[in-house]
Amino acid sequence: MLGPILETLIGGLLTGVLYSLVALGFVLIFKASGVFNFAQGAMVLFAALSFARLSEFMPLVVAFALSVLIMIALAYAIEFLVLRHLVNQDGIILFMATLGIAYFLEGFGQTVWGSDIYKISLGLPHNPIFILESVFPGGLLIDPSELIAAVICAAMVLVLAIFFQVTRVGRALRAVADDHQAAQSVGIPLNQIWLMVWAVAGIVALVAGMMWGAKLGVQFSLSLIALKALPVLILGGFTSIPGAIVGGLIIGAGEKLAEVVLAPVLIRAFDLAGGGIENWFAYVLALVFLLFRPQGLFGERIIERV
Amino acid sequence: MFYREAGQFKTSYIADQAIFPIAQDRWFVIGLTVFAFLGVPLFAGQYLYTEVLIPVLILSIAAIGLNILTGYCGQLSLGSGGFMAVGAYAAYNLALRLPQTNIILVFLFAGVMAMLVGILFGLPSLRIKGFYLAVATLASQFFLEWAFARVKWFTDYAPSGSVAVGRIELFGYPIDTPGKTYVFVLATVVVLALGAKNLVRGRIGRMWMAMRDMDIAAEIIGIRPLHAKLSAFAVSSFYIGIAGALWAFLRLGSWEPLAFDVNRSFQVLFMIIIGGLGTILGSFLGAAFIVLLPILLNQLPSWLGIPISTATISHIEFMLFGAMIIFFLIVEPHGLARLWAIAKEKLRLWPFPY
Amino acid sequence: MRAPTGQDIAAGDVLLSVENVSLAFGGVKAVTGVSFDIRKGEIRAIIGPNGAGKTSMLNIINGFYHPQHGRIAFKGKARARMRPYDAARGGIARTFQNVALFKGMTALDNIMAGRTLKMRRGFLWQLIRLGPALAEEVEHRHRVEEIIDFLKIQSIRKIQVGKLPYGLQKRVELGRALAMEPDLLLLDEPMAGMNLEEKEDMSRFILDVNDYYGTTIALIEHDMGVVMDLSERVLVLDHGVKIADGTPAEVQADQAVIDAYLGLSH
Repeated sequence: MLGPILETLIGGLLTGVLYSLVALGFVLIFKASGVFNFAQGAMVLFAALSFARLSEFMPLVVAFALSVLIMIALAYAIEFLVLRHLVNQDGIILFMATLGIAYFLEGFGQTVWGSDIYKISLGLPHNPIFILESVFPGGLLIDPSELIAAVICAAMVLVLAIFFQVTRVGRALRAVADDHQAAQSVGIPLNQIWLMVWAVAGIVALVAGMMWGAKLGVQFSLSLIALKALPVLILGGFTSIPGAIVGGLIIGAGEKLAEVVLAPVLIRAFDLAGGGIENWFAYVLALVFLLFRPQGLFGERIIERV
Repeated sequence: MFYREAGQFKTSYIADQAIFPIAQDRWFVIGLTVFAFLGVPLFAGQYLYTEVLIPVLILSIAAIGLNILTGYCGQLSLGSGGFMAVGAYAAYNLALRLPQTNIILVFLFAGVMAMLVGILFGLPSLRIKGFYLAVATLASQFFLEWAFARVKWFTDYAPSGSVAVGRIELFGYPIDTPGKTYVFVLATVVVLALGAKNLVRGRIGRMWMAMRDMDIAAEIIGIRPLHAKLSAFAVSSFYIGIAGALWAFLRLGSWEPLAFDVNRSFQVLFMIIIGGLGTILGSFLGAAFIVLLPILLNQLPSWLGIPISTATISHIEFMLFGAMIIFFLIVEPHGLARLWAIAKEKLRLWPFPY
Repeated sequence: MRAPTGQDIAAGDVLLSVENVSLAFGGVKAVTGVSFDIRKGEIRAIIGPNGAGKTSMLNIINGFYHPQHGRIAFKGKARARMRPYDAARGGIARTFQNVALFKGMTALDNIMAGRTLKMRRGFLWQLIRLGPALAEEVEHRHRVEEIIDFLKIQSIRKIQVGKLPYGLQKRVELGRALAMEPDLLLLDEPMAGMNLEEKEDMSRFILDVNDYYGTTIALIEHDMGVVMDLSERVLVLDHGVKIADGTPAEVQADQAVIDAYLGLSH
C-alpha cells in the first residue's frame, strides 16, 4: 500500500515542480509590476506552440533560440500595445486586460501555428527508472524526464531569486510593484522595466511550455493547466519565488494523492461516475487555505491603513 | 435639438429619481418594449429567434446577475458557469421528479437553489478579496462542474451524462415554437431587469456600491460587510441560476455539464466588461455583443468570398474578443454603456456642439 | 432633527469618556495611558505634532483599532470591543484625512448612503420600489437635500465625486457624516489642504452643525487659528501621551505644549 502511495507522491511532486514553473512567471510579473497576469497560461501555450512547430523543421537549439526571440517580441508588443496605456489604472482593470491578452494569444497562437496536437521531443530519456527496489517489490517508478524538468526548474528559480534580491534592477522592480507613479517619479523607466519583466516571464513560460509539452503534447488544454498555477500562487503567495515552488509541490502532490486516496472513497460514498477530483482539488485546497491565511504561506500581510 | 431636456422640470423627487428622467428616453424605451413584444413577432423568422434574440435575452439575465456581484458590489467572480449549471440541474430535477409543477415555479426554484449555493460559496468573500476571491470562485466553478458530471443522481443516471427536457407548457399553453419561447423569455427579462434596476437604484444598490468603492468607509456609515456581500452573492446567483435554467430548457433542450464550463464563466464576465460594469443597460449591450460577434464572423467568409475554416473562425473570434476587451479597457473602461451615455450627451447638444 | 437616544444625556454631561487607553502595534506604541472626556454639545479639538497618535485615537473611538488597555464609555455605557459599523449604529460618524468617499457614486448618492442606517424597507419592497420603498426613498431624499442646502453643494450633487475638487469632496464627506444624524461627529483634519476661503467656509459649517443640530464634535486639526476659534476645549497629545487638556487659551500658554511643538521635549 505504501509503495503506490509513495510513487504517486513522487510523481505528484514532480508535476508540482512544473506547476511552479508556470506560477513563477506569474510571480515575476506581479512582483515587478503589480499586475496579475492572467495571460501567463496563454503565454505558456503560445510559447509551446512556437517551439513545437519550429522544432519540426529545425534543430532544437535553433528552435529554442527563435522561440526566445518570439517571446521577447511578444513582451514588446504587450508593453507597447497594452500596458503602456493602462499605467496607474486599478488592479482590476489590469487583470482584465491580461484576460484579454490571454484570449487574444490563444486565438492568435492557434491561427498562426495551427490547432492540432503537437509533439515536443526534447531528447530526454523516457524509459522509466525504478528506485528503491530493495525496499519495495519492483521498485518505485520515476519518469526521468520529469526529474530533469525538476532540476531545470530549480535552477531557474535560484537564478531568479538571486537576481531579485541582489541586483539594482531587481530592487527597481520591487519599487515598481509597489507604486507605479511613485516609481516613475524617482526616475525608474517604467516601460523598460515592464518590457524586461515580461520578456523574462515569457522565457520562463517557454521553458514551462517545453516541459509540459514534452510531457503531454502541446494542445489547447495546456492553458487550463496553467490555470492550475493560480492555486499554487494562493498557497505560495503572489510575490514569493520560493513560495511558488513550495506551493507547486503541495498542489502537485496533493491533487495526485487526493485522486488516488480520496477519490475511491468518494466514488463509493456518493455513487459517482468516476474520479476526476484533480479538476477541483487544487482550487478547493487553495480556498480552504485562503480562509485561514489570506496572504498565502509566504505572501506579505495586507495591512489596510485608514 | 430634439434630444433636449428644456422645459422638462422635475417637480418631485420621484420624477428626479425615475429610471428614465428624460422624456425622450422614456418614450424610446417604452416604444422599444412595445415593438419587442408586438412588432418583432410580425417579421422575425426562426433563425432570428433561436440564434439571436433568445440567446441575447437569456444571457442578459446572467449578465445582470454577474453585474450585480462584480459590477455593483465589486466582488470578482469566475463562477457564473457553475451557478448557471446549478439552476439548470435544479430545474431539471424538479421537472423530472414533480412533473406537474408549474414551469414558473420550476424556474423560480432554479433561482432559489442557485441562490443558496451562491451564498455558500460567497461566504469566503468575507475573508478574501480581489484576485484571491476570483481564484476562490474558480473553486466553486470546477467543483460544481465536476459534481454535475459525476454525481449520477443529478443526471438521473443517464449513461451519456447528458440530459434533455420534454415539452414545456405554461398553464396548459404549450411553449413549443420559437415565437412563443421568445415572448416568454422577453416577459421574464422585463420583470427581472426591472427588479434589478429597482434594487440598484435604492438603498441596497448604494450599499453594494459602497462596498465596491471603499469597504472600510462603508463600515463607517453602518454597512455590515457580511450583509452587503452575501446579499450580492444571493441576488446575483438567483439571476444567474434562472438564466441557467432558461438556457438549458429554452435554448439547448438537451445539454451536458460542459455547457456551463469555465468558458461560460468567462463569456459572462466579458459581457459585463464590454457592456459596462455597474450598469443594467451594459448587461444587455454586452450580451448582444457577445452573441452577435460570432454570427457576424461566421458570415464573413461568404461576404469576403474567401473560404475560412470554422476552426479558424473560432480562433479569430478569440482574438477579436481579446482585442476588444483590451480596446475597451484602454479607451473606455466603462464599456458600451458609457459610450452610449456619451453619445446621448453629444446628442443633447446636436446640432450645436459648441 | 435628531432622533431621541435611549438614555438622553443633558448638554454638558459627558458623552464619551476615554479612560487610561493604550494601544500598541507590535513595538510601536501609538497611544499610552490616555484619559479624557468629551461633553455633549461641545466642540473638542485634538492637537499635537505629527505622529502623536491623534488619528489612532479617533480610530479607537470609531472601532477600527482595539486598545490593549483601558476603557471607553459612550453615552454612559462601557463599550465592548466593536466594529466600525457598531460604532456607526451607536451614533458615531467620522470623516477621514484622505477623503473616504465612494468614488464611483455621485455626491447625492454618497450622502444618501449616509442614510443607510435609517432606511428600513426590506428587500422585497426594494425590488418592487413602488409603494413603501419609494416613499422612504423620497422622505430621506428630503433630509439629504436639507444637508445639501446647508453645505451649499446643490450644483454638484449629480456629479461623480471622483471628479470633484478636493475641497468639495471634503464637504460631501461632511454631508455624508451629517446624514447619519450622529451624536458624536469625529473630523480628522477637515481643513487639510484647503485655502483660506475654504477654511472659513468649513469652519462656518462646523460651527453651524454644532449650533443648529447640537452635534458634539471632536476634530483633529493642525491650524492653530482654527483650533482657537472653534473649540471649547483642547486635548494635546505628543508621542501617544496626553500632555495638556484645557481651554484653548490655557493650552496655548502651556510650556509642555510649546516644547512639544518646538521639538524640545524628549
